[in-house]
Amino acid sequence: MSGLQIDNISMRFDLPNGSSVQALKDVSLDLKAGELLSVLGPSGCGKTTLLNIVAGFLAPTEGKIVLNGNTVQGPGAERGMVFQQGALFEWMSVRENVGFGPKMKGMAQGQKREIVDHLLDVVGLSDFKEKAVYELSGGMQQRVALARCLANEPDVILMDEPLGALDALTREKMQGLVLKLWKETGKTIILITHSVEEALLLGERLLVMAPRPGRIHKEYRLPFAEMGVDQDLRFVKKEPQFAEVREEILGMIWDMEEEIMGRKEGA
Amino acid sequence: MDIISQLSAELVAVLQTLFYALPYVLGYILLILAFSFVWQAVKRFVTPKHDYGSLKTVTFGDESAVTSNTVASVVSIVLIFVLWGAFTGSKILPSFMHAPGAFTGEGSFTYTVTTPDGQSDDATVTVVVYETGATVDAPEVDPGDGFAKNDSIALAAYRSGLLRVDENDEIGRDQDATITAINGVAIAPGGSVSTDFGRVELSGKGTPNVYPAKGVQMEPIWLPAPEAVWARLTEIATEGYRNSTLAEHLGFSLFRVIVGFILGAIVGIPLGYAMGLSNWFRGWFDPIVEFMRPVPPLALIPLVIIWAGIGEVGKIILLFLAALWIMAIAARSGVSGVRISKVHAAYSLGASKWQIMRYVIIPNSLPEIFTGARVAMGVCWGTVVAAELVAAEKGAGMMIMVASKFQSTDIVLMGIILIGVIGFTIDMLMRWAERWLVPWKGKG
Repeated sequence: MSGLQIDNISMRFDLPNGSSVQALKDVSLDLKAGELLSVLGPSGCGKTTLLNIVAGFLAPTEGKIVLNGNTVQGPGAERGMVFQQGALFEWMSVRENVGFGPKMKGMAQGQKREIVDHLLDVVGLSDFKEKAVYELSGGMQQRVALARCLANEPDVILMDEPLGALDALTREKMQGLVLKLWKETGKTIILITHSVEEALLLGERLLVMAPRPGRIHKEYRLPFAEMGVDQDLRFVKKEPQFAEVREEILGMIWDMEEEIMGRKEGA
Repeated sequence: MDIISQLSAELVAVLQTLFYALPYVLGYILLILAFSFVWQAVKRFVTPKHDYGSLKTVTFGDESAVTSNTVASVVSIVLIFVLWGAFTGSKILPSFMHAPGAFTGEGSFTYTVTTPDGQSDDATVTVVVYETGATVDAPEVDPGDGFAKNDSIALAAYRSGLLRVDENDEIGRDQDATITAINGVAIAPGGSVSTDFGRVELSGKGTPNVYPAKGVQMEPIWLPAPEAVWARLTEIATEGYRNSTLAEHLGFSLFRVIVGFILGAIVGIPLGYAMGLSNWFRGWFDPIVEFMRPVPPLALIPLVIIWAGIGEVGKIILLFLAALWIMAIAARSGVSGVRISKVHAAYSLGASKWQIMRYVIIPNSLPEIFTGARVAMGVCWGTVVAAELVAAEKGAGMMIMVASKFQSTDIVLMGIILIGVIGFTIDMLMRWAERWLVPWKGKG
């Protein structure tokens, strides 16, 4: 069985003060190979927890993650991660960062070089191979992070707000790059974001999660990612349906936020 | 309550000293301000800078606009040597820049003796003041006429002397003749009269006490001139001191520091890693490390001497202990400081635990370890000097301690300057190594 199954995941942990937190409750999802899923939700809805469980950094209290028929037991090279920022190794050059995965596998120098050169070409950093990562701008660093993840040939790419710290223009460029890489490599991608627009643009499927306990609130199947592959993203955003769905989701999230605030004020 | 009165008496003494120092401190501050004004005036004739910083209108309170003024640094260092030279009569300064020195040369005063029956007579005392180090006998003088005879006295600079002028007088103190005037100025026992060479005091029993002027310069025994220190440096560098050359003294100190530090690092870094990576080791060593860290290494000197004697072993154990805790804590915080996203990323890229250690944790902790190493080297250098002050056959600290017992202030000063220079050099070398080896410091 190929693809990624998130099978009835619940996550509950105790706090030092004796109470306990239900971070996730009965989350189930079936992701086919090559699907692009974006996950959206107000803060505290457990979306990062979900991603960490899929990555294998956290063990769920109930349920399991199955990738290509194997139950996930811990982190592994078949599930690549792209973090928001600061996950690059600043003691390595751009080339060494991208070649990290192949190096860990013990890949031969020549083959590794080929992969790294190709990927840096894809993300448009061919001229920066020997630079130190801290000499690059934020957008360039995230390109390196993408290339580093791809160099390892993972089955699933997990992105935890990878574009969250970038300025609006760079962000838009990077969104185009993510779509291009998705189409070219055919990877399964799960992307967590705070931005409704980004979730719409980069989600073939879109999951809106609700907090307390973290759960799936609504799922969408959207045409915009497919449209964005060979169109300017600004045209995609002008689609009437785009605006419609965006307003709907924004309203949904506002309601959730208000509910949280109301609960806090009531307490 | 006894301790409180003792402490308050101490406090009063300290405050008193501070109070006496106040004019000098204020004078120094005035000098700083004066040079600042001079520089402001000079700056007008220099082509003004036109960089980004010089265009800022708000500089007071802008931390980035405050940089070290090189001119001020140079003037400050030069001023130290000028003041040092001026108050020691240094030959590197032209003599008009010297502070008034002690009187040397020949002077004289006359005293008037009056007998109980009303006779009085004058006699002249020749005062010869010679430079410290020379030996000059009191000159022969013509006794002159009258019952009071002329006298002479020879004194080294900065010294004073009682002169029993009546010893050669025909009518002396034994016949109740008293000195009633010096240089024609009436004087009683306990009084004092200024003269061309300084002043003359009359002791309680009526004997003149000759005080040649001391000036405001420092005696070499308190503060030798810069060139004297330099001369001592070249002398000790070639001939050695206390059976060892200067290079041996300094070399032994450095050797102890380096060996002690390296041993401390070899044990401390793995210890810190173990504490950063394992709950059990963290729990095991936290109390030990946290207790030992605030114990100053100097406090361990007596114990180390009891256990290991005053030889090399004892000193190296001491420096090992000084470096150990610092390095362990640096390595621990280097490991704890690794961003979890880096470790997660490495695991997701297929790294094993060993590879995480080798490619993520160690390089990530190196900047912290280098900072720790710089601190540890500084502490070790201070500790070795202190340990050598207590007991050693060779070493920079031993050199200045022995010199101080013989009041060889020039060697003490030279030693302090060399110790400072070496400490500074060690720090600079460590900084340079840090920039070269861990260029990613603070860039993560």
